[in-house]
Amino acid sequence: MTLPDRILLAHGAGGRKTRELIEELLLPSLSNEFLATLSDAAVMPRLPKGRPALTTDGFVVDPPLFPGGDLGYLSVCGTVNDLSVAGAEPLWLTWSLILEEGLETSLLRTCLEGAVRAAREAGVRIVAGDTKVVPKGKGDRLFITTAGLGVVPPGRDLGDHRVLPGDVILATGPLGDHGATIMASRHSMSGAALRSDCAPLNGLISALLASGAEVHSLHDPTRGGALVTCHEVCARTGLRMVLEEAHLPVRPEVAALCALLGLAPVAMPCEGRALIWLKESDAARAIEALRSHPLGRGACAIGRAEAPRKDRSPVAMRTPTGEERPLDLRAGADLPRIC
Amino acid sequence: MISQEPFRDPRLLDSLFQAIRSEAELAGRRFSFMEVCGTHTHAIAEAGLRRRLAPRVRLISGPGCPVCVTPVEYLDRAIALGRLPGVRLATFGDLFRVPSSRGSLETAAAEGLRVEVVYSPRDALTLASAHPEERVVFLAVGFETTAPAIAATLAEADRLNIRNFYILSGHKVVPPPLRLLASDPELALDGLLLPGHVSVLTGWGIFDFLAADFGLPSVVVGFTPADILLGVLELVRQRRKGEARVTNLYGRVVRREENAEARRLMDRYFTPIDSDWRGMGVIPGSGLALRSEWAGRDAGLWPVSLPEPIEPAGCRCGEVLKGTISPPECPLFAAACDPDSPVGACMVSSEGTCAAWYRHERYRGEAAP
Repeated sequence: MTLPDRILLAHGAGGRKTRELIEELLLPSLSNEFLATLSDAAVMPRLPKGRPALTTDGFVVDPPLFPGGDLGYLSVCGTVNDLSVAGAEPLWLTWSLILEEGLETSLLRTCLEGAVRAAREAGVRIVAGDTKVVPKGKGDRLFITTAGLGVVPPGRDLGDHRVLPGDVILATGPLGDHGATIMASRHSMSGAALRSDCAPLNGLISALLASGAEVHSLHDPTRGGALVTCHEVCARTGLRMVLEEAHLPVRPEVAALCALLGLAPVAMPCEGRALIWLKESDAARAIEALRSHPLGRGACAIGRAEAPRKDRSPVAMRTPTGEERPLDLRAGADLPRIC
Repeated sequence: MISQEPFRDPRLLDSLFQAIRSEAELAGRRFSFMEVCGTHTHAIAEAGLRRRLAPRVRLISGPGCPVCVTPVEYLDRAIALGRLPGVRLATFGDLFRVPSSRGSLETAAAEGLRVEVVYSPRDALTLASAHPEERVVFLAVGFETTAPAIAATLAEADRLNIRNFYILSGHKVVPPPLRLLASDPELALDGLLLPGHVSVLTGWGIFDFLAADFGLPSVVVGFTPADILLGVLELVRQRRKGEARVTNLYGRVVRREENAEARRLMDRYFTPIDSDWRGMGVIPGSGLALRSEWAGRDAGLWPVSLPEPIEPAGCRCGEVLKGTISPPECPLFAAACDPDSPVGACMVSSEGTCAAWYRHERYRGEAAP
């Protein structure tokens, strides 16, 4: 018995083919004591002390394979990171697949391996899953949905309600690598030294919090990048966010691609970076802790939260000339431009 | 690739501001310079150069946004073509949301018009090859920077024998309107910052006439804050010394000679025609039409009925494009007109003057000049 090269409708019908897919492909990689029973729900041991945190996310990236990751790896990182920036220690994930009839089995295998690798790196377990197959044309190869459960340890309270005027904003590394990589892949720009930053952030965030720095809030700047994240924090806190253009960590290749396509690096998504709001006097300590972790080598301060001002934009960029310019939310996706 | 980082160094920028101030003080007067290119307008606004240079140096934005200077009649025609049976339009993103006499390509798309936003004319050719049953019309709008790429795509279409690929040419060239602006008494320009990208294709020698015929100092510059400030410094210096030359400060990519291959391609496919510029009217020899031997590719020749062209009411794009008013002087600016619901093209395109001011300068409380 070997799986065919392409996924068939029958693989989602619940019969023998479904079992083959699960037993030959999925289980050997994912295997753990909770998943192995294949019962209707994974019954877990008691949660560690603290407050449970629960999140879910859908992953539909085109293309599903990109330099630095794949849809499977991303699907686990995304959920691990959502839990981590909420201050939770991620524990268990579900992994749910919607496959399009005709999907190359090898692509599914690569994404599965990616998910397993991410789970191993993050120290989390995939304890439940589901597989559906939709007719050709009703999906786009492979959609993955994950849910994640974690626990916020007792005494830890992170969130925008704690952000204060004067807080420094840190980035854990260069911005926009993931978005630029996906853009470049989509437009078949080969030879570029671009690589997605996609990575599980729980280890890095643990290192940050262990430094004792007074961290107020954390976010992962995914869709819409640091720009959207700053607008969200601004809306929830009533404070203004001012970024320093000269300090913004952007790789030259990302800056070049953005310049070419007329996009703003600050609005490009990241999948392995966090933005951190913290007490100003603790910034140096936090940066040192972040830089001592492999995923935080490029950590630096990028701006600060300030008291609101009527005559200034709620989210702004201070340019190298010392002037401020507003950073607006765009209505939709950035449109490609002529020259 | 040359790193752009040093060109944004705050200390370098400070010393350039200082040098410009000293030169202007020595000259003992104020200067008005026009940045011709929309990408310069955007870069100036983004870096916040305008206010730091005022009041000694006033930077006026010129007509260098191809979408903005495209008359409303072009879009009316594009939409009418798109409504013909079996036609699919392909366009650069800038044009997608620009208002025509009745709605935009975006609103027409919602009503069923087939239109695709592409990054490159090659993508439009790929569409044509993938849909042999359709007629794919590329909306060819742009300056000397875009025309060679369109010409190369037409050559590729011929080579691959893709017969269902057409263009609607709205192409324009930069030197003819500069002639008008250079001699405009209302603007009374003291010098010009010349477009860096266009000059890569045309060579900077094409702008000699600005100094020779109009005595205007002119400088080709790049797009970083330091490039632009260096250009301003050069213009102030020339003025102070009573000189007028065309200087190339973008030697990293611009030469005196044109790009001969691009010229050959453009000449093979296009021929100059008189062309209508929003805000400036018809300018002789300022447009590019497909040559008659390529009539088979020219969607502009297809018969369609057009509505009476209607410019958006109250919109002062025309004056903004000519540089006679700055965006905040238009009563619609940031009130009835913003990038989410643009009234005029200048608020749509990322190179548009109104969009640049709205996006980067609207909290700076800049007084209208």
